[in-house]
Amino acid sequence: MKKTIGILAAVTSATALSLGATAGTLDDVRAKGHIQCGVSTGVPGFGFTDDAGNWQGFDPSVCQAVAAAVFGDTSKVKYTPTTGKTRFEALKSGEIDMLARNTTWTFSRDVDLGLTFVGVNYYDGQGFIGRKSLGISSAKELDGASVCIQTGTTTELNLADFFRINGLSYEPVPIETNEEARTNYVADRCDVYTTDASGLAATRSTFDDPDAHVVYPEIISKEPLGPLVRQGDDQWADVVRWTLNVMINAEEYGVSSANVDDLKGGSDNPEINRMLGSEGNLNEMIGLDKDWAYNIIKQVGNYGEVFERFLGANTPIGLERGLNALYTDGGLLYAPPMR
Amino acid sequence: MTDAPYQVGQHPDLPPPPSTTGVIGWMRNNLFSSWANALLTIASVLLIYGLATSLYKWGFANADFQGASRNDCTSGGACWALINVRFGQFIYGFYPESQRWRVNLTFIGFLVALWPLLFTGAPARKQLLWYAGVYPILAFVLLLGGFGIEKVETAKFGGFMLTLVIGVTGIAVSLPLGIMLALGRRSDMIFIRAICVGFIEFIRGVPLITLLFVASTLLSFFLPPGTSFDLLLRVLIMVTLFSSAYIAEVVRGGLQAIPVGQQEAANSLGLGYWKTMYLIILPQALKISIPGIVNSFIGLFKDTTLVAIIGLLDPLGIGRAALADTKWQGLAGEVYVFVAILFFIFSFSMSRYSLYLEKKLHVGHES
Amino acid sequence: MSLAEAHVGNGFVISRLWTEKRYRSIFFQIIALALLIALIFFIVNNTIANLQALGVSYGFRFLAQPSNYDINQHLIAYDSTSTHGRAAIVGLLNTGLVAVCGIILATILGFTFGVLRLSNNWVMSRIVYVYIEATRNVPVLLQILLWHGTILNLPTAKNAIVFFSGTFFLSNRGLTVPGPLPEPGFQAVPIVFLIAVVGAIVFTRWAKRVQDETGRIYPVFLINTVAIIGLPVLTFLVTGTPLSWEIAEMGRFNLAGGVTLRPEFMALWLALSFYTAAFIAEVVRAGIQSVSEGQTEAAYSLGLRPGRTTRMIIVPQALRVIVPPLTSQYLNLTKNSSLAIAIGYMDITATLGGITLNQTGQAMEAVMLLMAVYLSFSLLTSLFMNWYNHHTKLVER
Repeated sequence: MKKTIGILAAVTSATALSLGATAGTLDDVRAKGHIQCGVSTGVPGFGFTDDAGNWQGFDPSVCQAVAAAVFGDTSKVKYTPTTGKTRFEALKSGEIDMLARNTTWTFSRDVDLGLTFVGVNYYDGQGFIGRKSLGISSAKELDGASVCIQTGTTTELNLADFFRINGLSYEPVPIETNEEARTNYVADRCDVYTTDASGLAATRSTFDDPDAHVVYPEIISKEPLGPLVRQGDDQWADVVRWTLNVMINAEEYGVSSANVDDLKGGSDNPEINRMLGSEGNLNEMIGLDKDWAYNIIKQVGNYGEVFERFLGANTPIGLERGLNALYTDGGLLYAPPMR
Repeated sequence: MTDAPYQVGQHPDLPPPPSTTGVIGWMRNNLFSSWANALLTIASVLLIYGLATSLYKWGFANADFQGASRNDCTSGGACWALINVRFGQFIYGFYPESQRWRVNLTFIGFLVALWPLLFTGAPARKQLLWYAGVYPILAFVLLLGGFGIEKVETAKFGGFMLTLVIGVTGIAVSLPLGIMLALGRRSDMIFIRAICVGFIEFIRGVPLITLLFVASTLLSFFLPPGTSFDLLLRVLIMVTLFSSAYIAEVVRGGLQAIPVGQQEAANSLGLGYWKTMYLIILPQALKISIPGIVNSFIGLFKDTTLVAIIGLLDPLGIGRAALADTKWQGLAGEVYVFVAILFFIFSFSMSRYSLYLEKKLHVGHES
Repeated sequence: MSLAEAHVGNGFVISRLWTEKRYRSIFFQIIALALLIALIFFIVNNTIANLQALGVSYGFRFLAQPSNYDINQHLIAYDSTSTHGRAAIVGLLNTGLVAVCGIILATILGFTFGVLRLSNNWVMSRIVYVYIEATRNVPVLLQILLWHGTILNLPTAKNAIVFFSGTFFLSNRGLTVPGPLPEPGFQAVPIVFLIAVVGAIVFTRWAKRVQDETGRIYPVFLINTVAIIGLPVLTFLVTGTPLSWEIAEMGRFNLAGGVTLRPEFMALWLALSFYTAAFIAEVVRAGIQSVSEGQTEAAYSLGLRPGRTTRMIIVPQALRVIVPPLTSQYLNLTKNSSLAIAIGYMDITATLGGITLNQTGQAMEAVMLLMAVYLSFSLLTSLFMNWYNHHTKLVER
């Protein structure tokens, strides 16, 4: 009897403690000393573990940038690999603080699932890759083909729409992970593989003979990928949103990890000065250290640097900037000004 | 011999006909006893030979063991270089390299703790049993840190170590739980029995994967808003509940095998329910159940691979993560075969142990 | 305890609740009930609070909304405009299909291996032993993945292995067999088949009564087999073989026409069958060994012929040992089919618990529904088991 009462008391007090701890994600993060970041279980270039077991890639970089902004230390991130199924629940339940896992921003996810997308870090679209030996030049000639898809994404919805609208028949071959999908495609289980165009390029780069495969011109969907946080915590959403914007603005203003030390003392561009903290008090408005933006750029780099490091022409993935170039270069990246 | 007339009296034993003894006799009896049997033997020997040679060629003769990426594998056979480079990850997950001695120490400590439990002939058994009682706390501190040792969060657990952590914790915690459930299921109290039966049948009726979905997606909904705890802990809870239902059924089997006279005798001595159970029934029932318990441990151990589906990095999950690295793509076969061998070694030795136990217990009954 | 001592002076002593037998069980049960209700209340309360805090809509309405995704293998009509509910049923049927096929194959393999394990051919018995140990000690998920990998390594669709003079095609897109195309008049065949089955049951009962009364034995098994197989075949021939076969032809991408067993289905089916067969083989071996030698000898000394001895003496007794663990193996196979999700076979875990869950975000409802489905499979099996155990219980006189 006494034991039961003891346990009950323990449960009650634990409950009380945990209830007290939901002040705000930023405070929670500061209190525990790290950011818990949800990433994918592995997409070439976007998120993978290196031989030493560290998470690397385009998406983990966003988490590292947030850690640089909050703690001034990119290593204060802990990663939670999530699958297509577990990612939103992990975020909603508070297990992770933010999700950076090539996730498409859609109406229902934003509105109905209780999540907030803070921006777009990669503009993508769904495409098809097939063998040149099939002898077709357009996805509209795919009547009767077998199509490999990765499940748990918007991909399968787009695919169903595309084939229905065009009145084509097909055999969907749904697969859980990118690697499995690739294996199936290489083994010729499917005629074509469909996923986001970035993923197609990344996957194609790993084929023994990349030139034997062709990406068809049709892009059948809009896939703005971006980091997201729980709905209802605007301060934390601002931190993540403006971390991303700092990376984009830094590229636009020509601030990189190489020259940020020189510019930190002050420059002729007031935008840079406000961003790096030599003018104004932007850091106080968002509740971060004065060096927050400096730390992001110094330790992680601007958007262009990160892109080149993991996805760019010098990587095996070799993606063009395309839509993800700055608006000044004909792309879509257009971050709000720092003022 | 034929000429000599038969004489009554002692004769030396003649050896059996050469065709029934030795290698030839054995082969005649066991391999070529009939035409059909001979054909079957030859066909199966050929089959084994074909399989063995092609496996040998793939796995050894034409295999590459060294290399930094898939491109270094040029011999055409298996590319074990991946396993070689990431062997540490397959065993320890992402546990910090400088701290891996702690995992090793925990494992050695585990074997020592297991020794007196598994083999009754172990020396200094009493002291060792005490140690086995304290061991879980030791292991907890060693693995997670604290008390001056560097802390390691559970997200870094992975590989075969994670398999062992889930398997061992699952079975150790579920054993007492399972015994209580089994007793509850045989209780006279109708309501308690109903709860236990309901719980056991529910858990046994659904696949483990759905319970893991609950752990990964739903469990946080059931707790007060804002509470969230470690994914590994949630998985451990679910795995423990899962295996306790199976243990309960094994123990129930043991309980049913105890003649009712034992219970009656204990009652007539004036022993209460708990004393009867603790002193008379359970020692006998558990002894019979041990092989069954070991078997459900093997089952649980194998089932831990399912955690890869919800994103924990057990050997299979580690393998999949490795395959996402552009350097190693396309080596799924090697990864699966390696992990399969890893599991086979452990499960097979445990099933051998279970057989040994069964034999030993059987002898015990007859004497 | 202190609470109880404080009341000693009063007429009713609270400690009697747990010291006296007649109150004790009721007292404990009330406590258990109270704890259970408290736990349920705790969980429901938290769930509601959590869902409200997140602003997530709750309920099963999503089942009536269009699913927007396609499923490659559907036994009933389905396309991406069908509802999530229908997608779940398609998945359920796919689960059922692989479970039934798996159970059939696993039983055949398991009984074969179980008998071979006891074979007096040493090599055979050893091979089966190695197979059983290798299969039982490797996680089934890995085996599914390995089978899938093996099937993917088969020739491609264009280079498919063709056999039975160009009617069967085996490739890494699956096994394509001719599809039956019933023509008018074919309906007579299943009708005759049903009539034959009913007739066989009636005949069996009648023959048993005759045997009980007069001791006369009819060759029931032979007559029934002839009736059940022969009559439909005869009908089929008499009505002019009203069935044609559609043979697959290579289309632009895939084989068109015929019936295709997809690689995902085959991998899951074979992996589950071979895995479960290893367990069934051990069950069968134990069952056969459980019937003592004396039974056979006694039957022979009564003058029963070997065939009849096996059928009437050995098998019924062995079955009593075999059937209960066998059913639980069948149930395991059905539950293990949920691992289909790893290779993309669209069973109920992959439709309702996979794509539907992801697209709608209704994790709670989807997982609960999923559990309910598997639970009902299990309860049905338990009901059968109880009936069987009761039916075959040793009656001691």
